[in-house]
Amino acid sequence: MKPVTQHKIEKLERLAASTAEPGGVSLLRDASRRLARNPVAIVGAVIVLLFILVAALAPVIAPHDPVARYAELTRELTVDNIPGAQAGFPFGSDPLGRDFLSRLVYGSRQTLFVGVVATALGLAVGIALGTSAGAFPGRLGKWLDLGIMRVTDVMLALPSLLLAVTLVAVVARPSQWTVIVAVALVNVPIFARLLRGSMLAQRESDHVLAARALGVRQGAIVLRHILPNSVGPVIVQATLTFGTAIIEAAALSFLGLGDPDINRAEWGQMLGVDGVRYLEVRPELAYYPAIAIIIVALGFTLLGEAMREALDPKNRR
Amino acid sequence: MPLLDVQDLSVVFKRRGEQPFAAVDGVSFSVEAGQTVGLVGESGCGKSVTSLAIMGLLPKRGNSVSGQVLFDGLDLLGLSDNEMRDRRGRDIGMIFQDPLSSLNPVVPIGVQVAEVLQRHQGQDRRESTRNARELLDAVGIPDPDRRLKEYPHQISGGMRQRALIAMALACKPRLLIADEPTTALDVTIQAQILTLLKELVNGTGSALIMITHDLGVVAGLCDTVNVLYAGKVVETTERHRLFAAPRHPYTNGLMNSIPRLDLPRGTPLTPIRGSVNDNIPWREGCAFAPRCDNVLDVCLEGTPPLVDDGYAALRCNNPVSHAQEVAS
Repeated sequence: MKPVTQHKIEKLERLAASTAEPGGVSLLRDASRRLARNPVAIVGAVIVLLFILVAALAPVIAPHDPVARYAELTRELTVDNIPGAQAGFPFGSDPLGRDFLSRLVYGSRQTLFVGVVATALGLAVGIALGTSAGAFPGRLGKWLDLGIMRVTDVMLALPSLLLAVTLVAVVARPSQWTVIVAVALVNVPIFARLLRGSMLAQRESDHVLAARALGVRQGAIVLRHILPNSVGPVIVQATLTFGTAIIEAAALSFLGLGDPDINRAEWGQMLGVDGVRYLEVRPELAYYPAIAIIIVALGFTLLGEAMREALDPKNRR
Repeated sequence: MPLLDVQDLSVVFKRRGEQPFAAVDGVSFSVEAGQTVGLVGESGCGKSVTSLAIMGLLPKRGNSVSGQVLFDGLDLLGLSDNEMRDRRGRDIGMIFQDPLSSLNPVVPIGVQVAEVLQRHQGQDRRESTRNARELLDAVGIPDPDRRLKEYPHQISGGMRQRALIAMALACKPRLLIADEPTTALDVTIQAQILTLLKELVNGTGSALIMITHDLGVVAGLCDTVNVLYAGKVVETTERHRLFAAPRHPYTNGLMNSIPRLDLPRGTPLTPIRGSVNDNIPWREGCAFAPRCDNVLDVCLEGTPPLVDDGYAALRCNNPVSHAQEVAS
């Protein structure tokens, strides 16, 4: 009798030890596990990863210098004839005799840069404004909330592209930074509202009351107890914004409001300036940048949607 | 001098376009150091609002708090927000009903316990983490080193409530308010948590205010009991007296609606008839009168006073007599 019991106890202990994990399975890890099972997420992630890889390794992947004009290409270059594919230049020439493929590859860098910086900038300002609006109780907090929300109302009332065009148009010397600031600005009210809304809900939650009952200071309550619990939807929105930011930046360049530097390869500009002008001569000049923009924007949108699904508490098992 | 002396505490909620509603209506009670005092009553009788008013956690707008809450002779209601914030968690701790929603879901347990120590005792990160580990150990959480790093959703309900108790007791407050700490837990865990609270209170000499609708909890834990009905204290007495001879018809009704082991099998329970919706306003009579078996004409003529006859303080014109109790 006794050895059996002893044996059972040992077995139980072994089982307990095997299930015991050191540290915790955070919400994040749980969400990423669900993400990995979602085919949509995988497609999105693969596109995004490939895109980032191409951008990072552009000097390795691109067969030629994107800025240099090549004699092989300029020889036959006229307004009515832009050389197509030939030995060493699989995508042919652009209207200035530069290697089109290399410019496409380098264009990914610009797109990634604008997308990341514009989203990050919009996110930072949006979080700051949303926190100020949503965090503080009392009379002062209410006025702050009211003020910030009316400003975002005005910003949301204007169509985003119009807002961006206006901003870029009033700036004396356009550069890539005007595009970035314009795209960021368009997204600030979206982030701010989203964050404010979820912070208002969190402010009334039990754990915030419990923290107050422990005498935790207002600043710590906002930064440690309210903000981290509210920021989830905003992060998801940021992933989705990535896709639209890329399209918006491309649209501004397409309209000729982007970086005036003709040496910088940028998909929107390639599509809008060269692609449209030479559409009848060589339509590939428009097709390839357009396809690139579509695929990348799609990738980020798929990933964003999948993340939203994964982080949605209703889908948690 | 009692540690906590609540005098004529009232909380009135203002309602747009309606009569203001007195959730707590002139409640007085006191708590001696080392004593456990129960606040008992059904949902909506003002138990939780009383505790939030003592803690100064009611929203500033939309309600008015009057009366006095003397803690060690100092009126807490007169303190500024900052002064009150320094006292919460240090002098007065509070434990809430739902342990899962009362913990921050994105912060590990250990960090949450350590936060209190950092806030009130100025401990640095390392020191507070070491003390947090000891606190978790002291409230009976097994394997505290591992639990320190875990998130609230990873540990069981009982452990969550233990963690909340550790947080509330981190600075050894002189008064602990437990607002239905066992409601969200199953019965075996309830018993463990109550035993733990009892041990901790006895060990540290803190006073405990136990807010509950569960008379079983009262029987196991409290020294004196205040029975609340519709925002007023209707009976205050010592625990044994309350259970031996509940005198207020409401208290008596509560007792009768609990299954008892010493009655023959099949004896039906006698619930209190009606519901709180039948209450009449206190200024017109006894709020409980419409549901009361002992109701007299005088019960509908103004608020009955709280009279202390040396055995219990009662707010009743026609209390249940002992003979009647035996007869029923």
